[in-house]
Amino acid sequence: MTDLPAQTMTKLGLVIDLDICVGCHACAVNCKEWNAGGHMAPLTDLNPYGKGQDGVWFNRIHTYEAVPESGDGCAQTVHFPRSCLHCENAACVTVCPTGASFKRDEDGIVLVDESRCIGCKLCSWACPYGAREFDQDAGVMKKCTLCIDRIYNENLEEVDRVPACVSTCPVSARHFGDLGDPNSDVSKLVKARSGYDLMPELGYKPTNKYLPPRPRSKAASQLPFAPVINALPSNDQPLLQWVDKFLSR
Amino acid sequence: MFGLLAAMGGLPASTNFGFLGMSLGLGLVGAGLLSSMLHLGHPERAWRAFSQWKTSWLSREGVVSVISFVPALGFFYLWVFEGVDHSKIVILGWLTAIFAVLTVYCTAMIYRSLLPIHQWANGWTVPSYLTMGLAGGAVFIVLLYGVLEIPYSMSTFYAIGALGVAWAVKARYWYFVDNSKSASTAETATGLGAIGKVRSFEAPHTEDNYLLKEMGFRVGRKHGNKLRRYANVLAFLLPILFLSVVEQTTGYLSLVFSFLAVSSFVFGAITERWLFFAQARHTVTLYY
Repeated sequence: MTDLPAQTMTKLGLVIDLDICVGCHACAVNCKEWNAGGHMAPLTDLNPYGKGQDGVWFNRIHTYEAVPESGDGCAQTVHFPRSCLHCENAACVTVCPTGASFKRDEDGIVLVDESRCIGCKLCSWACPYGAREFDQDAGVMKKCTLCIDRIYNENLEEVDRVPACVSTCPVSARHFGDLGDPNSDVSKLVKARSGYDLMPELGYKPTNKYLPPRPRSKAASQLPFAPVINALPSNDQPLLQWVDKFLSR
Repeated sequence: MFGLLAAMGGLPASTNFGFLGMSLGLGLVGAGLLSSMLHLGHPERAWRAFSQWKTSWLSREGVVSVISFVPALGFFYLWVFEGVDHSKIVILGWLTAIFAVLTVYCTAMIYRSLLPIHQWANGWTVPSYLTMGLAGGAVFIVLLYGVLEIPYSMSTFYAIGALGVAWAVKARYWYFVDNSKSASTAETATGLGAIGKVRSFEAPHTEDNYLLKEMGFRVGRKHGNKLRRYANVLAFLLPILFLSVVEQTTGYLSLVFSFLAVSSFVFGAITERWLFFAQARHTVTLYY
């Protein structure tokens, strides 16, 4: 059971565009909303209104600052959603002693069978990306299901058969599709924008890809850092220019 | 250790020794297995963990440790009820020893195989587990010899030797940990290294989540160097000194020192093992 499939029929996954993500956390919130009643339900919250809140979330939205070490060029603030990458070499599956963790042959989605999970937490240690979170209340490990209860759900309109995080993103920074098919929209997007893997050096071969922020223009990095409030009137403000001149005498 | 002794023909003929030694050994193994079940979210499903030996080192550890009870109990029976002058006991001795080593090997491989943790996924993890296991067994045997008033003969030398080897391996492990770096960085974890140095600007949550609680180990990391000094003294230096005293003395005094050696080693080994966890830096911490 914990053998990984040699090949999956499709490789369903996400493409996350770091260039346009605004860090609004809507994906995380809608994910929580859907999955609190979905396949891995409940996503337990402990002490939600007191001190030391804790709870299971499948998406965590970080914000990073990347600063060119040469000092030449523009530092960038990047919002960075982190979730399960549904890896090809998913060590979280192979380390599982009970067969509760598995990767599906048909679409490559990595899931947990809660009825088999003994809560040893080893899978969370095997995941370099911190995708799995333990539910203390249920005593089992929980993780992103890529919304299997949405993407194949015939009760939903076809347009809604995408993961909750994708459907809710207000800027369309998240895309869903078959990354195993080189002609799919997501594969073309990855190709066009040089999408990349996280921590490729570990060899987990994540299915999800990240699109890098577009480089900022050189001019942006050379703007004067004087506060705008101190700028003097420009040529299209002749009256103010005259007042400035008069008072400067 | 007893299995090795039997294989080498050095097993004491004492029935008491066999009974006490094997009870202690199997009791400790049993206690270890039970305590490993207690930290599970669902201990009642633990039996399922024997099923995935094809891919999971944790599953293999479970399977091998339970199988090892078969030769060990056979060995126990022969030793206590039929004496040591027995050809079968040599075979069972070998089997017991092999399975004991295999169990420790599987345990070590659970950690060795976790690529996100540089301090575990290296060539020194397995030798360190194996030599610590052998040294522990050797120190306990000296105490048993003392308690049952059997001449120590070479046992103190073996124990001192085993401690020396374990110390050298552990020192080499610490040297490796101090002088090598994980290939993963905040830059590879986010893929933003092409822009420049990556620094966390805003955290995704204001309270600690499961990941930070499970993999943070802030206390252990803060006192890492102090704990390492304790481990060096308690697990290796003091037991070697105490065993040297055991070697030079007889009777009551030597018994006291063999007890001191065991006590010191147990506390030192616990410190060493906690440090092994506390100094492990999981790649998920790169995101925070």
